[in-house]
Amino acid sequence: MITGTPKPIEEILEMVEPYDNIIVAGCHGCVTVCRVGGEKEVQVLASTLRLAREASGRKIEIKEVSLERQCDPEYVELMRPYVEDYQAVLSIACGAGIQFLAEKFTVTPLLPGINTGFLGVTERQGEWAERCQGCGDCVLHLTGGICPVTRCAKSLFHGPCGGSVRGICEIDKDVKCGWQLIVDRLKALDQMDNYGKLKPYKGWDSARHGGPRRILREDMI
Amino acid sequence: MLPCTGRIDEALLLKAFENGADGVMVVGCLEGDCHYVNGNIRARARVERVYAILEKIDIGPDRIRMYNLSAGEGSKFAAYANEFVEQILELGPSPINVARTTTAQATSQEEAA
Repeated sequence: MITGTPKPIEEILEMVEPYDNIIVAGCHGCVTVCRVGGEKEVQVLASTLRLAREASGRKIEIKEVSLERQCDPEYVELMRPYVEDYQAVLSIACGAGIQFLAEKFTVTPLLPGINTGFLGVTERQGEWAERCQGCGDCVLHLTGGICPVTRCAKSLFHGPCGGSVRGICEIDKDVKCGWQLIVDRLKALDQMDNYGKLKPYKGWDSARHGGPRRILREDMI
Repeated sequence: MLPCTGRIDEALLLKAFENGADGVMVVGCLEGDCHYVNGNIRARARVERVYAILEKIDIGPDRIRMYNLSAGEGSKFAAYANEFVEQILELGPSPINVARTTTAQATSQEEAA
């Protein structure tokens, strides 16, 4: 899922300061699962803003909305009938959702209520960890299902660097060396021959290095 | 009235303040004694989150508090309720109610003028 963290309320209050009526828009997708931008978080944020603003002597009117997904046009369009009745939209979806709203509703300012994080997994309630950087050229079949691009701090492709000590990465004592994890896993799977099959060079043109990416599926258009 | 504090969420607690409460007292079963296993533990975590929110927006964190009691501790409930009421009386009206009173007074003065 795409993860995120709430922006500090002080920062959000500063963003909404010029406005007297806004929409707080949540998303039922990833941000609901990581408890940062779903229906409940919309209610809490809207209540918090109303309380803070009223206590400061200047009320704010808030419409609470939660779309199925803010990254799909059919759901975003549901906001069109009323979006221009409000001075701004505070979205607590991921950065993709917020930008999609901005693209669709060109005369309404869009404000981000969360800081979007990474593509990750829920390790336990309240703890998420990165697993994928969307490099566009997956090699997990060769690396025991552990991503060297994400799990190695340097995104190395050919084994651990000198900063790997007893399975721990030099960047942080709580970060395991991605390549140690890969080698351990390959040994456990009796697939160490995969270690030699890694491509001599990884093409990064399919990753973010090639600029903003687009997927075009001719079979679906 | 809720059958279990586990049903409480942050939005419900904040709504009480929006509706004019000067303080919110959450009373759950004794920890370790929840019929639904951990409803009161979850409630405490949510109360703590609201505590942090109220602190950040200057409403005052002391306006919310969670107590744990068994259903047989009536006199203790009364004591806790009195204690909490005293605490809220000392704090005075919430900034929301102060702002509402000020606005109402200004409006009535404008109408009279």
